[in-house]
Amino acid sequence: MGLFSFFRKENKQPPVSLRDRGILVFENTSEVIGAENVLKKGGWRIRVMGPPPEIRTGCDLVIEFPLVSELEIVRTLEEAEIMPLQVVAVSDGLLEPVNVFFTTDYGDFLMVQAANMKITVDKRDLTVVNISGGGCPDVPYLAAQMVGRRLDQVPEPRSIGHTLCGYSLQLAFEEITRKCLP
Amino acid sequence: MFALVGTVPEHDFPLVCGQARVSEQNLLIDNHCVAVNRGTPALLATAAKACAFFGADPPMAYLAGDIGRGGGSRKVYAYLEQILGQCRYESITFHYIQPDVDWHNRVLFAVENMHPRPVLIADAGFMYAAKMSGQAAAYDVFTPDMGELAFLADPEAPHPFYTRGFIFHEPYRAKELIASAYAHGNASRYLLVKGKTDIAADENGISDTVSQPVVPAMEAIGGTGDIITGLIAAFTGLGKDPLTACIQASAVSRLAGKLANPDPGTRVMDIIEQIPDALKRFFEEK
Repeated sequence: MGLFSFFRKENKQPPVSLRDRGILVFENTSEVIGAENVLKKGGWRIRVMGPPPEIRTGCDLVIEFPLVSELEIVRTLEEAEIMPLQVVAVSDGLLEPVNVFFTTDYGDFLMVQAANMKITVDKRDLTVVNISGGGCPDVPYLAAQMVGRRLDQVPEPRSIGHTLCGYSLQLAFEEITRKCLP
Repeated sequence: MFALVGTVPEHDFPLVCGQARVSEQNLLIDNHCVAVNRGTPALLATAAKACAFFGADPPMAYLAGDIGRGGGSRKVYAYLEQILGQCRYESITFHYIQPDVDWHNRVLFAVENMHPRPVLIADAGFMYAAKMSGQAAAYDVFTPDMGELAFLADPEAPHPFYTRGFIFHEPYRAKELIASAYAHGNASRYLLVKGKTDIAADENGISDTVSQPVVPAMEAIGGTGDIITGLIAAFTGLGKDPLTACIQASAVSRLAGKLANPDPGTRVMDIIEQIPDALKRFFEEK
C-alpha cells in the first residue's frame, strides 16, 4: 500500500475524536515527510494534515498523533534525528488534505490530477511525459527529474519533493501508478 | 521595463539579476544559461519572446536556484526587500517562489515605496502567499487555474492542497468561486482563471471569456499556464491595461498552442517557439 493511500482508507474509518489528538509541528515539509515515514513504519496511527490557523506560515503540513503516546513518539523521532519544533494538543479543526482524483484519457495518454497537480503518462510505453500545475519551487525540479522516465523507474515525489505541491504530486503519482501498472 | 521574479529548479544556481533573452531552446541571463522546461524559465522565455517581437527591451529577471527547500526563494525575497524601493518598473510578476507570508509582506512593503507603483501580477507560489497574507487586494492580477480558484475562494485553505469540499473540476462553479474569493478579500483587482475556457473577472463578476481555439492537450503540458502569465507580464510591461492584457494573453497563448499542434507529451518550449507567429497573427487580425 502506498504511503499516501492512508488518506483514502481513512475516510472509511470512524471519525477520530480530536480531544485525544496532538500535532507535531516541523520546520519544513521535508521533515514532515521523513517523520511520517518513521512513525508509520513504527505502526503509529498518524495522519498528515493542514495546521490550525494560529501556526500556519504558508506551505505547511503537521502530523496528527494520539496524544497519549506523545513521549514514545517524540523519542522515536529523536532516535531518527527528526525533532519537531512544537508538540501541541489539537484545539481547533485541522484541514483535510485532498482525497479526490480526476482522470483524463487522451487516447494514448492518461492524465491524473490530485489537488493542484497533474501527471501525464504515455500509455504505450508508460513514460511520464508531462507534469503540470502547482506553484511551489520543487514542482519544476520534480518535473525535471521525472519527465522522460518510465513510471516504474522514476524517483517518487515523496523521496525528492519538499512541499505541499510535491505531496499532491505524490498522490497523483500513486493514483496513476495504480491505474497503469499491474 | 518590467520585472519577473521566481526560481529555477537547480540547487546551486546563484541569485541572479539581469535581462533575460532566449537563445535557441535556452534562456540567457547575466551569463547564466537556463533550460526552458516549465516554471519561471517558461514565464521568462515567453516574456522575452514577446519583447523581441515588439522590439522592446528584454524583461528584467530576479532568480535564484530552489528545488523546494526555500533557501533560494529567501535569497530572492531578501534581495527584493532591499532594492525594490530604488527600482522603476511598469509591472512586476511574482511566480514560483516558496510561499512564505512573512517574506511576502516584507516584499510588498518594499513595493509600496516604488513610485510610480507598478502593476503587480502574482501566480504560483507567490499568489499562494499573497492570499495567505490577507493582502490579495494589493495585486492587480492573479492567474489561478480552477483548483487554485477554489483555494482563493476558501477563506480557510492555506494551500490548494486543501480543497475542503470545493470541487474544482466543475467549471460551472467558477462564478460562485470568484464571488467567494472577492467576498473574502482573497482576490486581486482582476482574475484570469485559466482552464478549458479562460475567464477574466473582477469584483463585479465575470467580464470576459476566451475559449477559442480549443487545444485540449494544453491542460496536460507543464508550463502552458506560465505562457499566459508571461504574456500578461509582457503586455502590462509594455503599457497595456491589466484586463486587456489578460484577455489578449489568453487568446495569443491559445493561438500559439494551436500552431504547435501539440499532444499531451509535447514540451512547453515547442509552444513558446510559436509565440512570435501567434502574436503576428493575433495583432494582424485585430
